[in-house]
Amino acid sequence: MISKRIVLHFPHRLVDEPIVYKLVKDYDLKFNILKAYVTPQEEGLMVLELTGEDRNFNQGITYLESCGVRIQPLSQDVIRNEVKCTDCGVCVPICPTGALAVDHITRKVHFYDNKCIACELCVKICPTRAMEVHF
Amino acid sequence: MKTIKEINEKIKQGKAVVVTAEEIIDLVDKKGLKKAAQEVDVVTTGTFGPMCSSGAYFNIGHAKPRIKLGGGTCKLNDVPAYCGFAAVDIYLGATAIPDDDPRNKVFPGEFKYGGAHVIQELAEGKDMRLEATAYGTDCYPRKKLETLINLKDLNEAVLYNIRNCYQNYNVAVNLSDKIIYTYMGELKPKLGNANYCSAGQLSPLLKDPYYKTIGIGTKIFLGGGIGYVAWQGTQHNPSVKRKDNGIPQAPAGTLAVIGDLKQMKPAWLLGTSMLGYGATLVVGIGVPIPILNEEIVKYTAAKDEEIYAQVVDYSQAYPQMIAGSLGEVNYAQLKSGKIRVQDKEVPTGNLSSYSKAHEIAEELKSWIKKGDFVLTEAVAPLPGAESGYTFKSLKERPISI
Repeated sequence: MISKRIVLHFPHRLVDEPIVYKLVKDYDLKFNILKAYVTPQEEGLMVLELTGEDRNFNQGITYLESCGVRIQPLSQDVIRNEVKCTDCGVCVPICPTGALAVDHITRKVHFYDNKCIACELCVKICPTRAMEVHF
Repeated sequence: MKTIKEINEKIKQGKAVVVTAEEIIDLVDKKGLKKAAQEVDVVTTGTFGPMCSSGAYFNIGHAKPRIKLGGGTCKLNDVPAYCGFAAVDIYLGATAIPDDDPRNKVFPGEFKYGGAHVIQELAEGKDMRLEATAYGTDCYPRKKLETLINLKDLNEAVLYNIRNCYQNYNVAVNLSDKIIYTYMGELKPKLGNANYCSAGQLSPLLKDPYYKTIGIGTKIFLGGGIGYVAWQGTQHNPSVKRKDNGIPQAPAGTLAVIGDLKQMKPAWLLGTSMLGYGATLVVGIGVPIPILNEEIVKYTAAKDEEIYAQVVDYSQAYPQMIAGSLGEVNYAQLKSGKIRVQDKEVPTGNLSSYSKAHEIAEELKSWIKKGDFVLTEAVAPLPGAESGYTFKSLKERPISI
């Protein structure tokens, strides 16, 4: 089994296509939509948690790429600017998934990007604006 | 018993024993007060949090022909500075924002750039846009000035913060059923989170609760450089209730601090934005405490478990000036990540970076150990717990003609 959080960029021409439906029907993949929107330029963006058998997962990804969907791991899109972060920890109780947590020994704030669901709640409440989203 | 003079002699010889306000806790636990007071010469403290009553004054030098900004207007990167002084002296406050900032019109406002960011960028050595207008006089004929300025070219650039380094602070919660945006951060409804703002056992005034060594003239670490305590800070309130260990249970003493901005470091003076609230400056301060006797070492050894703060509702009680606390918690509980308020488990967040406070205490320790930083005697004490000095609220009176 594989389970990954990925960001899909749909070009304009694919916005009307039922692509995610095919991931379920043809490749038996489970998905959880964490975020989805269509930009003013009509490019679609979707953040998915995708889960399935290794073989199905890889074939599903190949299918998406063959349609022209650009795929990136979510961890490349939500990043922490390490220079700006002061490790204060005001983001910690705001993060709904525990992706931001204080190390009780060093008192530094860790960002576990594998737990991040790209809700972006931390972005504007960070006093130094150290959390950056690059979709 | 030691004197500051004797400690300074040891510092100059590179023989002073210096520990941080964290290290002294274990040391006193292991060796006892008497031995610790004999062995240790200086305890270093640190804090790194948002401090809104901060700012800097500048003398920009005279232009040719001359211009008198006093009575006119002046902006640095669009952020208005106060110029009600002589010709080319200005003061920039940390929370000032450009006239065209949307503020809270689209709520919550982002406050991306303000005086605090200008101070940080000046310290980074960046060129800044200065735009000024004046009414013109016979001796200062010019009415307009637009130029780039740089910190290194200014005659004086002095950080002068009128209230920093609060001795303890509230723990902020929200009892209402909607989200609120405060200077204590975003507070989720129905006790969704509890935000605090102190370095606890590392915080300067919590380690010298009766201001026995910290006073006017005390030399300190300020913004990565050298600074001094100039006065008690505004809202200095030494008469609040204290625990048996002398530590105030609520916001109490404050410091006004001053230092040459040109020798400070931007890493310790950060422009920050509080969503829905405004711009503010995060200031790094470290104060050395000379261990003159057993009493002082006892104060410096206070630990998080022994330092208490009040939980205050920022949806009603704080904005409406209704006195009262929802309870008391200590910094060890706050640092554990959750506290109990009204029988609910509430996750905590700190606005003040403990790990950076630790770095400051270590940095100051290394300066003193190397003999680069000697201690000063205070030239006058801060108003103390028995002084009767208090923090009053405003009594509004109608203006009648």
